[in-house]
Amino acid sequence: MTYLIGLLSVVFLGLAIMIVSKSIALSKGIQGADDSDARVDGANNGNAFGFLVFLVLGSIAAAWSFLHSQPDFLPVAGSEHGLKTDQMFWISMGVVTAAFFLTNTLLFVFAFLYRYKKNNVATFYPVNHKLEIIWTIIPAIVMAVLVFTGWRIWRDITKQAPDNAVVIEVTGHQFGWYVRYAGNDDNKLGNQNYKLIDDTNQIGIDFTDESSFDDFTANELHLPKGVPVLLKIKAQDVLHSVYLPYQRVKMDAVPGMPTKFWFVANKSTDEMRAELGKSDFNYKLNCTEICGRGHFGMAITVFVDEPEDYKAWVAQQKPFLTQNPDYLAKVPEKLKGKAQKYAPAEAPAAESDSTQAAAGAAPATASLRRR
Amino acid sequence: MATATLHANDTHAHGHDHEHEHHEPGFIRKYIFSEDHKTIAKQYLITGIIWAFFGGALSIIFRLQLGFPNMNLDWLKPVLGEWIVEGKLEKEFYLALVTMHGTIMVFFVLTAGLSGTFSNFLIPLQIGARDMASGFLNMLSYWFFFLSSVIMFASLFIETGPASGGWVIYPPLSALPQAMPGSGLGMTMWLTSMTFFIVSQLLGGVNYITTVINLRTRGMSFTKMPLTIWAFFFTAVLGLLSFPVLLSAALLLIFDRSFGTSFYLSEIYIGGEALPNVGGSAILYQHLFWFLGHPEVYIVLLPALGITSEVIATNARKPIFGYRAMIGSMMGITVLAFIVWAHHMFVTGMNPFLGSVFMFLTLIIAVPSAVKAFNYITTLWKGNIIFTPGMLFSIGLVSLFISGGVTGIILGNSALDINLHDTYFVVAHFHLVMGAASFFGLLAGVYHWFPKLFGRMMNNTLGYVHFWLTFAGVYCVFFPMHYIGIAGFPRRYYSFTALANNAQDTFADLNAFISIAAILTFAAQAIFAFNFFYSIFKGKKATQNPWNSNTLEWTTPINVGHGNWEGEIPAVYRWPYDYSKPGSASDFIPQNVPFSATPESNFPEENEEIAKEKEIEGLLAVQNDVYNH
Repeated sequence: MTYLIGLLSVVFLGLAIMIVSKSIALSKGIQGADDSDARVDGANNGNAFGFLVFLVLGSIAAAWSFLHSQPDFLPVAGSEHGLKTDQMFWISMGVVTAAFFLTNTLLFVFAFLYRYKKNNVATFYPVNHKLEIIWTIIPAIVMAVLVFTGWRIWRDITKQAPDNAVVIEVTGHQFGWYVRYAGNDDNKLGNQNYKLIDDTNQIGIDFTDESSFDDFTANELHLPKGVPVLLKIKAQDVLHSVYLPYQRVKMDAVPGMPTKFWFVANKSTDEMRAELGKSDFNYKLNCTEICGRGHFGMAITVFVDEPEDYKAWVAQQKPFLTQNPDYLAKVPEKLKGKAQKYAPAEAPAAESDSTQAAAGAAPATASLRRR
Repeated sequence: MATATLHANDTHAHGHDHEHEHHEPGFIRKYIFSEDHKTIAKQYLITGIIWAFFGGALSIIFRLQLGFPNMNLDWLKPVLGEWIVEGKLEKEFYLALVTMHGTIMVFFVLTAGLSGTFSNFLIPLQIGARDMASGFLNMLSYWFFFLSSVIMFASLFIETGPASGGWVIYPPLSALPQAMPGSGLGMTMWLTSMTFFIVSQLLGGVNYITTVINLRTRGMSFTKMPLTIWAFFFTAVLGLLSFPVLLSAALLLIFDRSFGTSFYLSEIYIGGEALPNVGGSAILYQHLFWFLGHPEVYIVLLPALGITSEVIATNARKPIFGYRAMIGSMMGITVLAFIVWAHHMFVTGMNPFLGSVFMFLTLIIAVPSAVKAFNYITTLWKGNIIFTPGMLFSIGLVSLFISGGVTGIILGNSALDINLHDTYFVVAHFHLVMGAASFFGLLAGVYHWFPKLFGRMMNNTLGYVHFWLTFAGVYCVFFPMHYIGIAGFPRRYYSFTALANNAQDTFADLNAFISIAAILTFAAQAIFAFNFFYSIFKGKKATQNPWNSNTLEWTTPINVGHGNWEGEIPAVYRWPYDYSKPGSASDFIPQNVPFSATPESNFPEENEEIAKEKEIEGLLAVQNDVYNH
């Protein structure tokens, strides 16, 4: 595939060499014949011709390189709004590409056609109001149409998430993402406070809020297919940005200011694997706001599951409190009863869980159990 | 403004005293602490060119990393030392390179180098003034810029590295030294440097505006000013209104960094510790930054467009098409530039309704930009085009302005920006429309006004070679970046290993190609550097008006002395674009030629202007009085 580099380099260099040789040849040819106008040197025609060559070679290179790169673009969007923005993108792209070729062609062709010719006099043509009005209004109309369509899509994307949306919290930190789910019982994310963060409770879940009890965390993002998902986005240290390229989702994560983005993923991981013909393909959640040395590697794996698979996966997950029973100590007295439901059923199992999760917190666990 | 004018008058008196003493200033006053606008312009230009090579070199280093991720970079150790770890570029240093490349190019090259050079050089010469309103403030402006440059340059060499949080230095990353080493001393130096830079810009801006308003020669009404001056004027207005906002953003950031305030910081847990700061807003910084940041785009672009207008009209031997529409669209751009900033922030969590508003405003600004492009193209139509190097770069600018501008319509659409924000699509867009286009404006200006700057000509053939290599090179570098952006590659990534679907492999060739093109384009600039510095000393001697141009600077002596014109400053009777006027024997009629001298080519309404010539001449005494009071 290095022929790509080779070919375009050759185009690039060849063009330059051609122009140079052409201008030198012309300047040699003309110097002897006619040097009546000192303002114009022999390279003038060469340069004019250069624009024409540039137009032709440039157009070929643009078209070819586009077709060559197209297979590597992001595949068809894996979300409902993404299908709309993709369509809008390619329509806009069509419009601007037309404008791009039209204006550049006029520019280069005029440069070539109206190159200096002896005894030629330029046309004194300072103004034409009709023309100016036309080319003010046409872009204005095109722009208005594009803006209006874009605005409608934007409005739909940014409107309130539907009530049945699955709420998932994503928290960015240097350099990774914590994911928290609302749990199997109350379907509500509990409070969270950055002052409660420690080595185990890395999100700072607040256990004085009973909604927190059934919340569970994960280090991968599972999304149900075809169901609205509301991402509640937070950051702990510096700015990050949630980017799901295949779902066309992007939203900054800002410390101290929760943000959100809701969408419907409509293509499961398996479907995308089949589409791409890659059995090991996985969606990713990347970071797109510079956040430090690990910025480029700040990614977690994303799974879009069929709704029943998603339900099954969620059902398997153990609440944070179950995995780290020492945090039961943080639960206020009056809620202890409710929290007890999430205490590990069998002591040995719980112990192994908690030591796995946080070896450092083991003594606290012990004292808790004694009580 | 009143104070500025007052100062300006003071310095007139001051400058005048000197004139009466009739002694040549010594070396230091003439070349270093000079108050002469031409010397200051040259100081800006040469500093800008040096910065441009540094900024370019930094980009080449990070292009090596992006294009050839497996390359052993040990050979760079003599230059980069500890920043090369086991043959690889240090990850934080990669971010530092990106940051410094942006900072240097946007502020030090395309703001100071471009508008500092040409506003200083051309405003007095083209409006017919002996110097800037305040030579002293002008000198101060350069030396604040110099001081700022020294600090920024020094920050490249400190152990923790220069600022590394991107040229936009968003807090909290830039506010917290524990977030990355570059946010320590490097960021302090960045902020100090930028503070001086802003002071420099404000001093310059006050001067440009005052000079344009007050010191136009007799007959030079606003509607007879060259488009260059209009562009510099609008640029100065933009800078004067927006740079103070950046200063306030920087000051608040300095407070957050050094004095424990919480303007931008809230609820942060970093390095195993919860910080006490609450109530600040990181988004506030972004609003303040982009309130400058967006006008800044036009601060770098408008002077380039102004230069292009002048160069294209001169070398097409045609009046610029739609002179008033050009002024109108620049005015529109200037006003709209202040109310589009939040289109950089569609996905920062800003209220989506605000996003809608800014989307509408942003796409309005595309209209005057489109009008400008159409007007340039029409100016070429039925011209008699002479391709001087300046003209080639101007045409190149128009092409790049269009090619980069059209994708703005896509990025300005908030719905489409969701996927494209902070990807290479954005990088491609702004490098073409603002970076390369403004750079071409700078080069066009240097080639075009070199005879006036140094009294000598640059070599044309080298100019042509330089143009074609740069033009082809710039397209080869930035055009393919759109593809990488559409494929969802985020910017400021050290490598693309964490993207889904092994994406780093799919564009490996293209990234290598871009890097090769970037290296070749950068290398081609050596041709310019050689041509520039060689021609200063050894270039062919210039004639007084080598391009047969209409504007006033070409009526000055070949080597312009202090005060610009030896005798009286010429009066102005006509607009600057009387090229190839029907009936005229010559294909250009300079601005200082009265209509009474050209009865053969006057339009009926211009014959009426003849009556006003006496009035214009009558202003001579008043004008002289300004310089002699």
